Amino acid sequence: MAQFLIHRLWPSLLVLGLMSFVAYSLIGLMPGDPVDLMITADPKITSEDAARLRQLYGLDKPIVERYGNWLMAALNGDFGYSRLFAKPVMEALKPALANTVLLLGLSFALALAIALPAGIIAATRPYSKLDYAVNAFAFAGISVPSFWLGLMLIVVFAVLLGVLPAGGTGELGKGGVWENLKYLVLPVATLTIASVGGHARYMRAAMIETLRQDYIRTARAIGAGETRVVLHHALRNALIPVVTIIALDFGNLFSGALITETIFSWPGMGRLIYDSVMGNDFNLALVALLLATLLTLVGNFLADVAYVALDPRISFREVER
Amino acid sequence: MTTPLPTPTPAHVGESPWRLLWRRFLRHRMAVAGAGVLAMFALAALSAPLVEAQLGGAGMSVDLLSRFQPPSAAHPLGTDELGRDILVRLLYGGRVSLFVGLTAAVAAACFGTVVGLLAGYHGGRFDAFLMRFTDGVIALPLLPLLIVLAAIDLNKLGVPAGVVASEHVSLYRIVAIVALVGWTTVARLVRGTALSLRERPFVRAAEAQGATAFRIMSVHILPNLASPIIVATTLSVGHVILLESVLSFLGLGIQPPIASWGNLLTNAQDFILDRPLLGFYPGFLIFVTVIAFNFLGDGLQDALDPRAIERRR
Repeated sequence: MAQFLIHRLWPSLLVLGLMSFVAYSLIGLMPGDPVDLMITADPKITSEDAARLRQLYGLDKPIVERYGNWLMAALNGDFGYSRLFAKPVMEALKPALANTVLLLGLSFALALAIALPAGIIAATRPYSKLDYAVNAFAFAGISVPSFWLGLMLIVVFAVLLGVLPAGGTGELGKGGVWENLKYLVLPVATLTIASVGGHARYMRAAMIETLRQDYIRTARAIGAGETRVVLHHALRNALIPVVTIIALDFGNLFSGALITETIFSWPGMGRLIYDSVMGNDFNLALVALLLATLLTLVGNFLADVAYVALDPRISFREVER
Repeated sequence: MTTPLPTPTPAHVGESPWRLLWRRFLRHRMAVAGAGVLAMFALAALSAPLVEAQLGGAGMSVDLLSRFQPPSAAHPLGTDELGRDILVRLLYGGRVSLFVGLTAAVAAACFGTVVGLLAGYHGGRFDAFLMRFTDGVIALPLLPLLIVLAAIDLNKLGVPAGVVASEHVSLYRIVAIVALVGWTTVARLVRGTALSLRERPFVRAAEAQGATAFRIMSVHILPNLASPIIVATTLSVGHVILLESVLSFLGLGIQPPIASWGNLLTNAQDFILDRPLLGFYPGFLIFVTVIAFNFLGDGLQDALDPRAIERRR
């Protein structure tokens, strides 16, 4: 197990390391630099001052050297200050991270709770009306632009019906449970609708494939009931490819969070990345981007563990080779 | 010496592969409907200047005296917040969205095919390296990264100032960005098939005759990959259109005054409370286009090869 962890973790660390360099370089390519921002804030700064400041901050050095300095500081826990929030980057990130994990966790769980049963039911009755309905809904979910869906949900539920808030988080801890929960309904619904279709289709395809196997025919032949065949014999095998594909989707989940959080003014990571890129908050943008990458990698890693746990043919030992 | 071959009659050869393909495709009703919708949209988008001329040639010009006009003969869908004709703007937006979707998807497919062919044919460490790299790109949170890419200052990259200032630069920038991150699906697909094809006798025979690696890849392997590539590219057009629209919506994609379905929604968002229809149209067109491409890809997949291709995003 320990060896599996090591074997599986080092590529992730490599991706993270490479990503930190790429992200650092890309953010260096964004318009302006910290000194430019100071000049806008204080017109009295002369060009000599600017040159002196650039030297002081090391902005005149080559990118690799600047990255090295940043990395050393970062490894010591110093990620710099956020310009937008006027506090250390990590302190600005923490509440956003909690908000995003809440939003993504809820919609992820909800999407699976809808998609897996829907996919299984569609697979057991292929080409029935129900199957077509699931398929049509899945296609619609995959194809709908989620920012538009969010806007339309706002129009219907917040404007026309007036039953749900259009955005924000409310005041946590005040009022009843519903007072807090109602701010989550529309964002979670948007995210869920966007991902449920893909998952249902994968589940359906995997289940149909599994139900064609010989051992399923054997199970039926020895008299196992249809429910038992599907849930006991087929499900575990059918889940294996589904887990892999859903794991690869973690990155997409983050993209979805960015869109929904922007539409519904939900103060999470996605919105933070957008705001920090737009507001030239270089330190914050960099760390937020890396944190999003880290979360995606952790998700992929957990899926790998689940993969091995689901498939007895693969052991942790075998993966190592 | 050269006796002419007897002309094959339908009775001899049965159905040609193309006819078979066509018939299988027609059986997929949703795919046929998708193709029809797309053909209609493409025609409508191409005829945008005609429609504009028909409506008096003033569709795109700002007319502050006729803001938010209801639908009328002069403006079939009414006017927007600056008095521009909504229908004409939608048609021009469709041109941009379809153009970006098609070019970026094709560019990404070309790049992915090259990477996949090289990895699959050469195998070994080279393959391992390229696939690790592909896995790394797949693991990245796509949209946050795209936002940073879209915010890059082209002047700092050394692009000539004249090009940066030109109106169409946002168009090509978005095609480049999407192609840069969108090649992974095709690369994996091509690599997997190429790995198994290179062990087949006809490839071995070509190798024995001394064909170069380039010749084997381009003449012997690539044609066998056509159907999975076509299917994956069709499916990715929808995905690309979604990406373009969301980036444009966030103000990082196609820049006004060029209209795209995404940036039409940005404007509409400000008036969503009073004029919800303004926001409804562009999003609905994106939705219908993307779903049509997805159905088309699905139908092509069934028609070309019912089992060989796994549907991946």
